[in-house]
Amino acid sequence: MGDPSGFLQSKRNPPQRRPVAERKSDYRELYQRWPENEAKAQGSRCMDCAVPFCHMGCPLGNVIPDFNHQVFLGNWESALRVLHSTNNFPEFTGRICPAPCEAACVLNINDDPVTIEYIEKEIADRGFDEGWIKPEPPLIRTGKKVAVVGSGPAGLAVAQQLNRAGHWVTVMERDEYIGGLLTLGIPDFKLDKEVVARRVDVMADEGVVFETGVNVGRDFPVKRLLAEYDAVCLTCGSTEGRDLPVPGRELNGIHLAMEYLTQQNRLLAGQSVDPSQRITAQGKRVVILGGGDTGADCLGTALRQGAEVVYQLELMSEPPEKRRSSNPWPQWPQILRSSPAHEEGGIRDYDVLTKSFTGRDGRVEQLHAVRIDWSQSDSNGRPMLQEIAGSEFVVETDLVLLAMGFLHPEHSGMIEELGVELDPMGNIKTDENKMTSLPGVFAGGDASRGQSLVVWAIAEGREAARGLDMYLMGRTSLPHSLPVTA
Amino acid sequence: MNELKELAKFGLYSPEQEHDSCGVGVVANIKGGKSHQIVSEGIQVLINLGHRGACGRDPETGDGSGVMIQMPDSFFQIECASLGMPLPPANDYGVGMVFLPPQEDAQVKCQALIERVIVDEGLILLGWRDVPTDPRKLGRDARAVCPKIRQVFIGRGPGIEDPAEIERKLYVVRKIIEHSLADCGITEDEADYFYICSMSCHTIVYKGLLMALQIEGFYLDLADERVESAFALVHSRFSTNTLGHWKLAHPYRYLAHNGEINTLRGNINWMHARETQFESPMFGADMAKIPPMMTPGASDTACIDNALELLLMTGRDLSHAMLMLIPEAWEQHESMSQEKKDFYEYHSCLMEPWDGPAMIVSSDGHSICALLDRNGLRPFRYTITKDDKLVMASETGVLDVPAANVRQKGRLEPGRMFLVSFDEGRIIGDEELKHDLANRQPYGQWLKDNKVSLDDLPSPAGPSRISLPDVLQQQQAFGFTLEELRMMTSAMAISGAEAVGSMGNDAPLAVLSDQNQLLFNYFKQLFAQVTNPPLDAIREDLVTSLEAFIGREQNLFEETPEHCHQLKLHSPIISSEEFEKIRHLDVGNLRSITLSTLFDAQSGPGSMKTALDNLCEQASKAIIDGYGIIILSDRGVDSRWAPIPSMLATAAVHHHLIREGTRTKAGLVVESGDPREVHHFALLIGYGAGAVYPYLALETVRQMAETGELNGTKPDYAEKNFIKANEKGVLKVMSKMGISTVQSYRGAQIFEAVGLSQELIDEYFTWTPSRIGGIGLDTLEADALERHGRAFAGEQVAAERDLPPGGYYQWRRDGEFHQWNPDAIAKLQDAAQANNRESYKEFARLVNDQSKRTATLRGLLEFKKDRPSVPLEEVEPASEIVKRFATGAISLGSISKEAHETLGIAMNRMGARSNTGEGGEDYRRYTTDANGDTSSSAIKQVASGRFGVTPNYLVNATDLQIKMAQGSKPGEGGQLSGNKIDDYIGWVRKTTPGVELISPPPHHDIYSIEDLAQLIHDLKTVNSDARIHVKLVAEVGVGTVAAGVAKGHADVVLISGHDGGTGNSPESSIKYAGLPWELGIAETQQVLVANDLRGRISVQADGQLKTGRDAAIAALLGAEEFGYATAALVVNGCIMLRKCHLGTCSVGIATQDPELRKMFAGKPEYVINYFTFVAEEMREIMAELGFRTVNEMVGRADLLDSREAVDHWKDKGLDLSRLLYRDPKSDEVAVYCCEDQDHGLDTALDHQLIALSQRALEHQEPVTIDLPIRNSDRTVGAMLSGKIAKRYGEDGLPAGSIKIRFTGSAGQSFGAFLAKGIDIHLEGDTNDYLGKGISGGSIVVCPPSDATFVAEDNIIVGNTAMYGATGGEVYVRGRAGERFCVRNSGVRAVIEGVGDHGCEYMTGGAVAVLGSTGRNFAAGMSGGVAFVYDDEGDFEIRFNPGLADLEPVTDPEDIAMLRSMIEDHLNYTGSAPAQRILDDWENALPRFKKIMPRDYRRILDERKARGESKELETAPNG
Repeated sequence: MGDPSGFLQSKRNPPQRRPVAERKSDYRELYQRWPENEAKAQGSRCMDCAVPFCHMGCPLGNVIPDFNHQVFLGNWESALRVLHSTNNFPEFTGRICPAPCEAACVLNINDDPVTIEYIEKEIADRGFDEGWIKPEPPLIRTGKKVAVVGSGPAGLAVAQQLNRAGHWVTVMERDEYIGGLLTLGIPDFKLDKEVVARRVDVMADEGVVFETGVNVGRDFPVKRLLAEYDAVCLTCGSTEGRDLPVPGRELNGIHLAMEYLTQQNRLLAGQSVDPSQRITAQGKRVVILGGGDTGADCLGTALRQGAEVVYQLELMSEPPEKRRSSNPWPQWPQILRSSPAHEEGGIRDYDVLTKSFTGRDGRVEQLHAVRIDWSQSDSNGRPMLQEIAGSEFVVETDLVLLAMGFLHPEHSGMIEELGVELDPMGNIKTDENKMTSLPGVFAGGDASRGQSLVVWAIAEGREAARGLDMYLMGRTSLPHSLPVTA
Repeated sequence: MNELKELAKFGLYSPEQEHDSCGVGVVANIKGGKSHQIVSEGIQVLINLGHRGACGRDPETGDGSGVMIQMPDSFFQIECASLGMPLPPANDYGVGMVFLPPQEDAQVKCQALIERVIVDEGLILLGWRDVPTDPRKLGRDARAVCPKIRQVFIGRGPGIEDPAEIERKLYVVRKIIEHSLADCGITEDEADYFYICSMSCHTIVYKGLLMALQIEGFYLDLADERVESAFALVHSRFSTNTLGHWKLAHPYRYLAHNGEINTLRGNINWMHARETQFESPMFGADMAKIPPMMTPGASDTACIDNALELLLMTGRDLSHAMLMLIPEAWEQHESMSQEKKDFYEYHSCLMEPWDGPAMIVSSDGHSICALLDRNGLRPFRYTITKDDKLVMASETGVLDVPAANVRQKGRLEPGRMFLVSFDEGRIIGDEELKHDLANRQPYGQWLKDNKVSLDDLPSPAGPSRISLPDVLQQQQAFGFTLEELRMMTSAMAISGAEAVGSMGNDAPLAVLSDQNQLLFNYFKQLFAQVTNPPLDAIREDLVTSLEAFIGREQNLFEETPEHCHQLKLHSPIISSEEFEKIRHLDVGNLRSITLSTLFDAQSGPGSMKTALDNLCEQASKAIIDGYGIIILSDRGVDSRWAPIPSMLATAAVHHHLIREGTRTKAGLVVESGDPREVHHFALLIGYGAGAVYPYLALETVRQMAETGELNGTKPDYAEKNFIKANEKGVLKVMSKMGISTVQSYRGAQIFEAVGLSQELIDEYFTWTPSRIGGIGLDTLEADALERHGRAFAGEQVAAERDLPPGGYYQWRRDGEFHQWNPDAIAKLQDAAQANNRESYKEFARLVNDQSKRTATLRGLLEFKKDRPSVPLEEVEPASEIVKRFATGAISLGSISKEAHETLGIAMNRMGARSNTGEGGEDYRRYTTDANGDTSSSAIKQVASGRFGVTPNYLVNATDLQIKMAQGSKPGEGGQLSGNKIDDYIGWVRKTTPGVELISPPPHHDIYSIEDLAQLIHDLKTVNSDARIHVKLVAEVGVGTVAAGVAKGHADVVLISGHDGGTGNSPESSIKYAGLPWELGIAETQQVLVANDLRGRISVQADGQLKTGRDAAIAALLGAEEFGYATAALVVNGCIMLRKCHLGTCSVGIATQDPELRKMFAGKPEYVINYFTFVAEEMREIMAELGFRTVNEMVGRADLLDSREAVDHWKDKGLDLSRLLYRDPKSDEVAVYCCEDQDHGLDTALDHQLIALSQRALEHQEPVTIDLPIRNSDRTVGAMLSGKIAKRYGEDGLPAGSIKIRFTGSAGQSFGAFLAKGIDIHLEGDTNDYLGKGISGGSIVVCPPSDATFVAEDNIIVGNTAMYGATGGEVYVRGRAGERFCVRNSGVRAVIEGVGDHGCEYMTGGAVAVLGSTGRNFAAGMSGGVAFVYDDEGDFEIRFNPGLADLEPVTDPEDIAMLRSMIEDHLNYTGSAPAQRILDDWENALPRFKKIMPRDYRRILDERKARGESKELETAPNG
């Protein structure tokens, strides 16, 4: 905290987003960079709270006041060191995190929170620009070999931590790109793929081996995995999308969101797609089912593809603009959130339950829905879903995208063959060291936690790396990452 | 006696912590003529000082009094002859006055011992005499423990020629008897009775557990007309305990003492360490029979008496010996002669000062020597009559002396002494005495030839710098964190001052933490409270000194040039250049040797112990080899070698050498990577280090500067700043205990350990209090190895090269646990704001359930459920319980008006109590608003700054709280920076807006326990309906202080924990000063119950209380009231920014910024919701434990259990049994407050004044009163002022409504809180605290009309006049003592001369001094104006230019003001100096100096520029 009254002098001022018209015509990132003075001024708004709620709000425990202080001083390299001490990939979280830290920021009580996420992005981008982020290979190799299955944020975090602890790490990825959802799931306008690639390059130079197109349990036997490596970490994500088993689901033109988003990312990466498999919103009436981040990603993508109209339907009620008293600060605010995509177009509707689809020639044409009343509660106090009689309505549509979340990791293949225990939700069960029921096999990220944020994935990965290092070495110098539950 | 012994064994009571203070008096015939009249007048003086003594439970048993007189030879000749025991001539025999056990067989054994030793040592046993006494005159308790009192007569043996030799031989005899007592076959209890009051040829002491009035009736000798003496030295004791001891009464064998020796532990250790060096031809082989010189376990006075006796036995004069023990402040004295400085400097090579407030009168029978310590914190007034009688005492007016017979009235000044020589028949003054002493030897030449100054030594080449990656690794090995670099180190390096912070400490005690802890963290700083005052090392730096010698000490029985062949250091914290000089030192016998304090990290458990043993052995050898300086160094940490904690290495060597008796043969210098904070340096010095070279901290600072982390501070400056900040900090830590010099602080061990095992303490930190057991060497080793491992084992991890983040000061997720963490804060806010019971429960669970992460001692406790529970509805309702709750003392100013009033309204609605804090209160809050609410704080605080303490403030309170200490910074004052004082805050505090305010560390009217009793009396006099509180902070001995507070008639004692909150304190104080309240409350309950005092005083606990469980535990440990502060702010929105000191509170609480104040979102309802939840939680616990009322559960420590927790923490060796000890007496006496104190107000003179003022009070008609007055009439005028305030509020009565004329010597606090409308004219003189808090009245003091002494040369008024005055006028025809107009904020005063520290901390009003002043005038003066008539032209050297400027009086407004003040003075007093000045105005005016505070002028100029008048015309709205 260079300036104790910084928050009185500067208002919150996030970096500019490119104009809507301009950005709808391409897939490039939305945000521009701050001038350095503005970044410092925004850093000075941090009050250096003795009880930094932001730091608690961040799943990684990013030491936010400390890097804000360094930013205010203009010590960007020190700021980067602070940031990296808890977060391997601030350039990812600086772009695609919903920033629970900002929600918890003390200034958020009666003012606007510090622009923590953008400061994080700025620090990380400067780190690459200035060459401060460079390979840091370990000084000593332990000779131990570790396989990490899945190259999403959790897998990358595991790999970097374990490599730095001196182990030889091989990351196996069934897709053709490293990065998991970072690369294939998240649209480029939120996270440019170059941002992922430059980090992967650094890691490769540090000594991490990346193998793509390796599908463990299918074309790489599980037995070999266990035999050839001293330990394994499963970071294969929660990829089983939630489907909507209603009449008409089998019609063409109804897709899981991930089918849609990954295809667009592959196209942007320069791949070609069989026209018969092409899913495009161009000129179509699009309905997105699901009001979350994936839904918003679909929305931005559909608008860029030239959709005629896009509806985003949500089963739950529209959240309030401000917190309810039952949801006080610093809890995650259950409020209406708008992504930049919502600035670009689309129509949102709430309290909608999809009953069925109808169409012609095997193609979807109508979505049949009914309105829901959530006002009654069941005996446990939970809101009850009640259809409102007579509120049935129909939406004309050509393309329906199901963005209703994910269930758990795919069980067939690797997981079944390994025979690791699952939790009741179908995720891989782990102990406090992130080890599965199989000694030497660890798991982290969405695969064990269930679908969640990138920031959680990194935290899970770091934690798993610690447990794994401890397993291999009997002691560890790697830090904890997940919050200790008091 | 047994009860306290049991308590000391099983409970928290420590007898070493007993304190006393008192009245001292002397009556003497200067010419040496002996008479019985002198003896009886001495006893009369004792009686007139009676109010300075105290009594305990039994109103007829005093704390002790006594008298020392010359040997009444003619009386004994006759008496002994009649007993068949003819005596040799005077001086050929000595008398031992002996207390013997009452049990006859024990008596026989003791007497046999005495007789045997006398004969063995070659003296003649003449016989025994029963001292005639009348036990019926004793109080019940005194009688119960009354010894058998006999005198033994001892004749000069054959072969003893020198009259001095028999005195030496008697000393040897007494020492042998004392040492052999344990072996003479009597029980320990019987031995407790045994005591030799005196054994001398020249003096005899009659004393006992007596009240002043009883002594003559008890000791029949004293009433016997044949008992004659040229002097009577008397003493009346006020002790903190009740179960008094006959032997603890004063006078001791050579002296009587008023005050306290703060450095006692160190002094004892050092004296002990010197013993092996003692040699003297006078004693020869007898020398071996004397040690230990210091009686083990004796009181501070007994110890200094031992030390004085020893020095006298070396052949030194009484005055010489006294000056060695208590030298004046010479180091920074502007005008002291070189010969005197040489004398002091030379003697500082011989021994360290005994530091602390002390007024000592001593006698060897031939002379009487009186001396006041360097701070002058005890009053001592004397009168010399025209017929050569000297009357001196703690007060004036103790013996009626006709004014016409007075030759001189004076006072003893700080650091001064005088001697009455009966042989010469005259008084020898300070100048002559010291001149003679200084010329006994060529001290100056000796110093020149032998002293070695660091500055004079050549600079050797320094060691090379440590490279950056190595520094990081070293920092890791020594446990540095990023947080401390960012918050602590950089603050010191940039600003040269310690970092400040706010809010309390909510992190775990070191022993309960799961983080790696430095050994330093287990120690808590102790501090002065009540029984002695802390000092202000900033404003009163003239008495402080960082200078000290190190090297080899010589035999104390001699004086040779070689004695001062030592190395002189300016400061105990040294730079690399200075260190290198010491490392290469080789001058004469001064050579240094470096011993490594590293241990082998790889050789398994126990290697640290091996290294320590080895280190001690090497130190012994170094001394044998003749090294005068031993350097303990942990340089060279690498992957194999780890550092022993520097604190451990230093203390280990220090105590090893003390035990070995060689400690004074070498100085210790510590070269270490460890120390980096004030607390660290204070500890190293406190455990014996002569100098500390913090090489790693200095390297760190340099590198931070070089890498631009210090706002551009250059490396050299950064290093200097860092050292300066730590030096200032160490001075402050010393000052907290009232210690002035590093030389006496060194080795004084002013710390308490929490969480260290007794074994560890006994071995390495001997005598340090440590009351709950704890870790041993194995844990210290493991922690050291863990730090070492971080640096050297984890090096293969590429990304882990930074320091750990910390989390000790600020919450960090993976750092230290904090009770105020995000979850707890969020839950509590939701609970209070949404009135959500579930959230409260969740909050309470987070706080209470410390099974996983324990932070507090109470976290280790569980309730024992061995009583049948009761139904919840039978438990007293929450609405009753909340009345026991109070909010903390948070001043308006430190928090906003909105926040302050919210607390007031909430607490008043519940019938609970809010607290003003130290900032006054807007009197408009005393009226009820339209809602029926009032925001007036029930508790009004009276703190050292006395801001806004007016009669109106005092009468509008249900409780008046005297803040002696504050948990976050006990022993320190406060500061409110100017920018936080807007018009409103300034108006409320009666100070100038925009001008910084200083609260002094001590109350300047409380330097001792009897002073506190006086302030309690003052406050009770103004508002007899209010309960008087005394707020203390837990530390070892607080229970004993609380007992003293109870005896001083306080109604409530508040024991705060170390962890209490603050708006602005040094971080090191927040973290390291004071102890947990659990220890304080338990100790308080134990001691009060054992003394049967608990029934008359309520006990309140505060300090990080958060839940109902906290209160329940406090109650079971002994509290019946409970204070909550931080939590009450949190419910109003506080989110623990800890930025209160910066005023940038984003939720509008701790700020005066109008924009931020708008953010305040608190409501009284939130506070009420919270306290209701707390009370409900408490009720549930009560129901479960089977209590229907809180009173039933007070002190039931037997229902607390620590077994499970202690099992959990087994490896840490905790033992809470002392905390949970319940005195068996608890079943017999009151254990909670159930009766009223007798404040003794019935006899107050004010009752007469009120009766005589009825017409003025009722009808505002003027009245005139004429009455005599004497010194026992105290606080005169205050009760009348209270009546006026109650009726007429802030306005008072019209001027001159009540005119009072007094004749005589007025007692203390004359005219205190005098309200508008009262004019007092006193003909006579006054004692201390004249016009304390005067608030609009007027006082004139003149000598009696028949006095012939020159008034302007004599002391008419005591010390600390007009302290905290807020308005009115005072004219004094004569001089005053120290601290005239201290913290004055409004009185207009004229006087003819003042002592030291005049106008200190003044913030307003006007003072004219028509004569000379003492030193340090205007220190800390930030407002108001003073004029001094500087006839000699040397005022400037006595003026403190810190905050004010000195200028001529030229402004016409000033001239007019000064002239009118002098004219008024002449008018009221007929002053001769005033007349002379006015007669020669043209020539006199240029001799006046105006003292103008700089800040004050700036503000006045600004106001002028804005066209505003000097003062606010109307009351501003906040």
